[in-house]
Amino acid sequence: MADSKPRIERPLSPHLQIFRPLPNMVMSILHRITGAALYVGTLILAAWLIAGATSPDAFATVEWALGSFLGRLVLFGYTWALFHHMIGGVRHLIWDTGHGMGAIGREQLTWLTPIGSVALTLLVWIAAYVIR
Amino acid sequence: MAQIALPKNSRVVEGKAWPKPAGATRLTEFKIYRYDPDGESNPRTDTYWVDRDDCGPMILDGIIWIKNKIDPTLTFRRSCREGICGSCAMNIDGLNTLACTKAMDDVKGAIKIYPLPHMPVVKDLVPDLTRFYAQHAFIEPWLHTETPSPEKEWKQSPEDRLKLDGLYECILCACCSTSCPSYWWNGDRYLGPAALLQAYRWLIDSRDEATGERLDALEDPFRLYRCHTIMNCAQVCPKGLNPAKAIAEIKKMMVMRQV
Repeated sequence: MADSKPRIERPLSPHLQIFRPLPNMVMSILHRITGAALYVGTLILAAWLIAGATSPDAFATVEWALGSFLGRLVLFGYTWALFHHMIGGVRHLIWDTGHGMGAIGREQLTWLTPIGSVALTLLVWIAAYVIR
Repeated sequence: MAQIALPKNSRVVEGKAWPKPAGATRLTEFKIYRYDPDGESNPRTDTYWVDRDDCGPMILDGIIWIKNKIDPTLTFRRSCREGICGSCAMNIDGLNTLACTKAMDDVKGAIKIYPLPHMPVVKDLVPDLTRFYAQHAFIEPWLHTETPSPEKEWKQSPEDRLKLDGLYECILCACCSTSCPSYWWNGDRYLGPAALLQAYRWLIDSRDEATGERLDALEDPFRLYRCHTIMNCAQVCPKGLNPAKAIAEIKKMMVMRQV
């Protein structure tokens, strides 16, 4: 009978626990995580803008918080998440056209994400400190 | 929704360590997932030692040797021993592949073997593939035609025949589908890379006359679009095929028929 319960409850074979973390899979997971982190980053950006529109005092408070060591650390993470997610998005755009899906293209596009995102993040922060 | 931890009855415990074969000089260690449906206990990993001077070079040779010489209860599927039947698909050294085409020397350290990931286990390395086959049946893997059958055969130009290369070679071993995290979390509604590669094989067959209906059946947030291009399928396929590419082509066909 289709509805009857199976005689025994079969165990589920292990998956994430045993599967080798391939770079492409790790980048996919990071794409999700950075995507979620960008919500928080957008809230920070909104808070900064709202404070600016509210009063000089409020703006100074937010500026102080974001300028603190911890604030800068969060902003650094936000910058990286933004670049990581952006490059990941471009990678997916390319893959959606059916290009770069062969063994070599896959490898190159996969590694472009971590290398590119770290490089761009450092570039932006170095530029920011130099201009300041 | 993704449930990352294994259910209570599925957590793997350390099992038995079998004695090393006497008098052997070249030994290879195997750690193999065991589950006995007739007992009450959880799955476990047993440790075996294979005498390399008495055994062929492939992983399949190793587990057949274990079954013959150490533990006849070790259960797994195998048939052709040359990578064409797809029976001996399992997770070896962290990746899904065929035990018959993977060499023992290609694995560093102990050779860890598990059943294909995130599947109900019948016994030891034998997963229940019922749903996997049902998904293949769902895409109706046969020629659909409207026009009356020709007197002899349906003809196809060499150019059109070429489009089936990289698709028809699929042996339905399930390595790709069971390597896909999307399939792990949504295997009840997402068709998975193997079935979708087969779907594409019929979509681009110049002789098939049901392209529209086939696309209609796939136009669904889960059946097709749960593919997030993670690419594990293409990384593990033991035949070197590219299901991710086939899925991308189906998605493109979906767009092209709108414009």
